[in-house]
Amino acid sequence: MERRIGVYVCHCGLNIAATVDVKAVAEFAASLRGVVVARDYMFMCSDPGQELIASDIKEQGLNRIVVASCSPLLHERTFRRMCGEAGINPYLLEMANIREHCSWVHDDGATEKAKELVQAAVMRVYHHEPLEPMEVAVNPNILVVGGGIAGIQAALDIASAGYKVYLVEREPSIGGHMIQLDKTFPTLDCSACILTPKMSDVGSHPNIELLTYSEIEDVSGYIGNFKATIRRKARFVDEDTCTGCGNCAEACRLRGRIPNEFDMGLGMRGAIYTAFPQAVPNVPIVDPQHCLMLAKGKCGRGPKCVEACEQKAIDFEQKEGSMELDVGSIILATGYQEFDPSVIGQYGYGRYDNVITGLEFERLSSAAGPTGGQIQLKNGEPPKSVAIIHCVGSRDKNFHEYCSRVCCMFGLKCAHLIKEKTDAEVYQMYIDMRCFGEGYEEFYERLSTDEDIKFIRGKPAQVTDRAVTEEERGKLIVSVEDTLLGRLIRVPVDMVILCSALEPRADAERVAQILSIGRRQDGFFMERHVKLDPIRTHTDGIFIAGCCEGPKDIPDTVAQAKAAASEVLSILAQGRVEIEPIVAFVDEEICTGCGLCEKMCPYGTLSLAEPEGVMAVNQALCKGCGACTGICPSGAISLSHFTYRELLDEVEALSG
Amino acid sequence: MDAVNPLTEAAEAIIEAGGETLKACYQCGLCTATCPWNLVRSFLTRRIIHESQIGLLELEGEDVWLCATCGSCVERCPRGVEIIDIFTAIRRIGTQWGVIPKALKTAIGGIGTLGNPWGEAREGRADWAKDLGVKAFAPGTELLYYPCCTPAYDRRARRIAVATVGILKKAGVDFGILGPEETCCGESVRKVGEEDLFRNLAQANIEAFKGHGVQKILVSSPHCYHTFRNEYPDLGGDFDVVHVTQFLAELMGEGRVRPTKSYPKKVAYHDPCYLGRHNRVYEEPRAVLQGIPELELIELPDSREDSLCCGGGGGRIWMETKKEERFSDIRIQQALEIGAEVLAICCPYCMLNLDDSLATMEKENVLEIRDISEIVNEVI
Repeated sequence: MERRIGVYVCHCGLNIAATVDVKAVAEFAASLRGVVVARDYMFMCSDPGQELIASDIKEQGLNRIVVASCSPLLHERTFRRMCGEAGINPYLLEMANIREHCSWVHDDGATEKAKELVQAAVMRVYHHEPLEPMEVAVNPNILVVGGGIAGIQAALDIASAGYKVYLVEREPSIGGHMIQLDKTFPTLDCSACILTPKMSDVGSHPNIELLTYSEIEDVSGYIGNFKATIRRKARFVDEDTCTGCGNCAEACRLRGRIPNEFDMGLGMRGAIYTAFPQAVPNVPIVDPQHCLMLAKGKCGRGPKCVEACEQKAIDFEQKEGSMELDVGSIILATGYQEFDPSVIGQYGYGRYDNVITGLEFERLSSAAGPTGGQIQLKNGEPPKSVAIIHCVGSRDKNFHEYCSRVCCMFGLKCAHLIKEKTDAEVYQMYIDMRCFGEGYEEFYERLSTDEDIKFIRGKPAQVTDRAVTEEERGKLIVSVEDTLLGRLIRVPVDMVILCSALEPRADAERVAQILSIGRRQDGFFMERHVKLDPIRTHTDGIFIAGCCEGPKDIPDTVAQAKAAASEVLSILAQGRVEIEPIVAFVDEEICTGCGLCEKMCPYGTLSLAEPEGVMAVNQALCKGCGACTGICPSGAISLSHFTYRELLDEVEALSG
Repeated sequence: MDAVNPLTEAAEAIIEAGGETLKACYQCGLCTATCPWNLVRSFLTRRIIHESQIGLLELEGEDVWLCATCGSCVERCPRGVEIIDIFTAIRRIGTQWGVIPKALKTAIGGIGTLGNPWGEAREGRADWAKDLGVKAFAPGTELLYYPCCTPAYDRRARRIAVATVGILKKAGVDFGILGPEETCCGESVRKVGEEDLFRNLAQANIEAFKGHGVQKILVSSPHCYHTFRNEYPDLGGDFDVVHVTQFLAELMGEGRVRPTKSYPKKVAYHDPCYLGRHNRVYEEPRAVLQGIPELELIELPDSREDSLCCGGGGGRIWMETKKEERFSDIRIQQALEIGAEVLAICCPYCMLNLDDSLATMEKENVLEIRDISEIVNEVI
C-alpha cells in the first residue's frame, strides 16, 4: 500500500529549537521518500499540536506518522493515543528523539544529527505494521508477602474491597518490627495498641487467608497470572485445633532457658512458645533446634507440653508443606532489618553490656517486654545517664551512605521515654536533626523546652570504659567533638543507645531474584520511578511497599501500603490487562525447532510445540527484548515492530 | 570582632592544590574526636577543614603543621574526605608563600642539598655499613636494601640497619646498598607540601634504581615502603617493594631464617601508621614475633587500625614537640600498663619518638624499645 508519511518536528519551546534548526529539519524531512507533509510546531504534545497531526491524518490521508521531539518515554503513549483517535493504528507511529539524544547533549552538529535521526525514523516507520494489543484475564486473588504494618494495611484494604488476599509471613505471627516497638513518635501512641486491632482484623477477615511461618520459594508467570510456591514450615502444632491457651509454653521443660528473638535476646522463652502475647495467629511453634523431643528424640519421661495440652494439638510428626497459589498481582512488603553495629569496633557494641541498639531499647521500654517496661542496665539498676548516638551505620560511606530517615525522631523519642521513666541525664549526639514529618518539628521543640536533654552536635569517635578521671570510673565514656563549641568532650554515661541504620534484609537478593525485580544501589528494591512511580516495579504486576523500598516511618509505610492496594485494585477493577503487542513471533515454515531461542530467553516464554516440531511463543510472557531474534540461525523468529527489515533500514539511514 | 566575608579564592586554591574532597565534609567532628592530638591538647581537625571550605584559614598558625598524617581520621570519615590530602594541599600553599616552620625549613633544605634531613654529608650515607662487609648494589644483585635516612645517619636508629644486614647475611640473601647514589625517599617531603622537591627526589631515585637494574627493594621504614609502593609508580618507578617484617615472615616461612635461641620476654607490638593503617600490613610483623621461641606476644590497647600514632609522620619527626604534648608518652604508658618488657617497633620514626619518651619518662630500666630486626638478629 502506498505510504503517506507525516513528519512533525517539535520546537519544545527553546529546548530543541535553541540548538536545532527545526525548520531546516522539517524541510529536509519533506524531501524523504514517502513523506507527504512535514511541519514544525512549538509544542507537539499540546492539544493544538496533536490536533495539527490529527487533522493532517484525516485531510491528507496519512497512514504513517513520525514525531521528532522528546524521548518516547514521555509522550509515545500520548501520540499513539492521538493516532488511534484520529483513525489510524497506534503502532504506525515512530518517534525520533531529537531532544535528550540531540539538542540537550550537543552544541555543534545538532541540526545535522537531528536530520539523520528523522531520516532513520522515516525509514523505519515505512515498515511498521498495524498491531493489536492483547488482553489477558486477571486472576482476582492477590498475594501479599510480609505481615508487618505494610503488608497488613495492604491486605486489609484489598480484602475490604471484596477481593481475596493470601498474606504470607515468615515469622509465626504477623506484626513485623512495629509490634516490637514501645511508643511511636510523635504522638507517643503505644505501637501494639494501634497495631493489634489491625492484626486482629487480618486474623478474622473472611477474605484474608493468613499463611504464617511460611515463605515464598518460587514465583513464575506474568501479570494477571502468577503462580507462587509457598513453603509452609512445620509448627509441630495444629493451627486448627490449638486454642492459644498457652499451657504448653508454661509447662515446657526449657521454659525461660532460650533467648527470645522477639525480645532481641534480652528475654527468654522455652522450646514451645509464642513470641509475644498478642500474636496472630495465637498458635505457638516448636523450635526444632532446642526442643528435646525434636533434637534428641526424647523429653524426660514424656514431653510436658503434650501433657498440658487439652486439645491434643501438638504433633511432633508434622511435616513441612508446600502450597501453590494462583494470583493476579503480588505486593512485596518484606520490611527491613536493623544494622548490626558490632562491626563498628569503636562503639563497643557486643563488648560492653550497656551499649544497645534501637530495637533492644524498644524491648526494654515495652510493658510486655523482658523488664516489664523498666529501662535498666544489665545489672538491673536504672541508668543515671544515657547517651543516644545518631547515624550509626547511616550517612557513612563505610557502611550505608543513605540516611535512615527515622532515627533522629527515634532518638528524641528515646530521650523522652528515658526522662519519663528514670531520673537519668540524657545526651543526644547528632550531626543534623531531621524532623521532617507531621508533628515532628513540634515534638523536637516540645522536648527541648519541656525536658532537660543535652544536645551535642558531633559524631562520637569512641565509646570506651577506660577512665581518665575519677568521675569516669565505672562508666562508659563517649568521646566526641562538640562542633558548636569547638571542644572535644568526654561524656561519662551508664548506657549508650545506638541509633542503628535500617538496612535491606539479608535475603533481599534472593527475594529479588524469585520475583524478577531489581534492587537499587543501596540494596533496597527498585521502584519504577523514584518520584512519580514509587510502588510499581519494572515487572508488571509486582508492587513494593514499606521499608523494603527504603527506610521510612510508619505514616509513609501505611501510605505506600495503601498505594500498593490501589494499584492492585485498579487492575482488578478492569478485570483484564492489556499486554503490549511488541512480542516475538515464529515463522513456522522456516523454524526447525532447534531450541536456541529458548536457551536465550530470560523470561522462559519459548517452548517446543509438539507435534509440529516448531517453537511456540507465550506472547503474554514475552517482554519483546529481541534476544531470540539475535540468536536464531535461520531468522525464523522475529520481533513485531522491530523487524530486521526496519532495523537495517534505520541503521542505513544513520550510517549515511 | 568584625564580620568577615568568605574568601572563595583561598578555598579554590586549596581545592586546586589537591584538597577537593573538602567539599564532601559535613562537619560531623569525628575526625577531631579520633585525632590523637586531642589526647594531649586541643586540635580541631574539623574546624581547619571548614575554614578551608570558606577560605578563612590562618596559614600562619602552628595548627596546619600539627597533623602527623597518621590516618586515623581518614579511616573513619563517613563522607570519605581525604583529610591528609587536604592538609598536604594547605601546606603546599604554605610552602609556596614561604609560611613554613623554621625546623621544617632546615630539614627540607638539608634534604634538598644533602639528600638527608639531618644536615649530614651526602657522601656519608653508607658509613653505617663501613665495617659490615656489605657490597655495593650492581646489576644482577637480587635485592636492594634501602635503609632510610634515619638508620643511615642517626646514632640510635643505626641499630636497625646493622641488625637487618646481620639477618640478611645469616640467611644468605644476595643484597647490596647504593649509599650516596640514592637520596631521601621524599615521603614526608611531599606531606609537608614541598611537591617539587619530592618529585625531584623521586626522579633521582628512580633513575638511580633503574640505572643499577634494581627490581626488588627491601625497606626498613614504612614511610619509604609507602612512597615507593604507592607514589613512585605514577612517576615511572615501578618496583617490587617489601618491608623488613614482610621479608622476615617470608624467610621464616621458608626456613631460611630459623630462630634457634629463645627470647623469654613479654613483647608488645606497636603497629606503625604507615605499615598498618596506610598499607594494611598487620599480620606479618606479629607472625615474625610469634615465630620466636618463648617470646610472649601481648596486644596493646589501640592496636591494628586503632594504633596510636607515635607522632613522627607528616614531617613532625623533624620538629620539636612540647614535652606535655607527646602522644608517644601515652604509648609508653600503655605498654607499661599491660606489663610489657619490650616494645617492638618496625619504623625508625617510632624508634626515635618512643625512645625519647622512654627517656623523659625515666622508664629505661623497666621497658626496652627494640626494632623487630634487632630481636630477630639476636635469636638466629
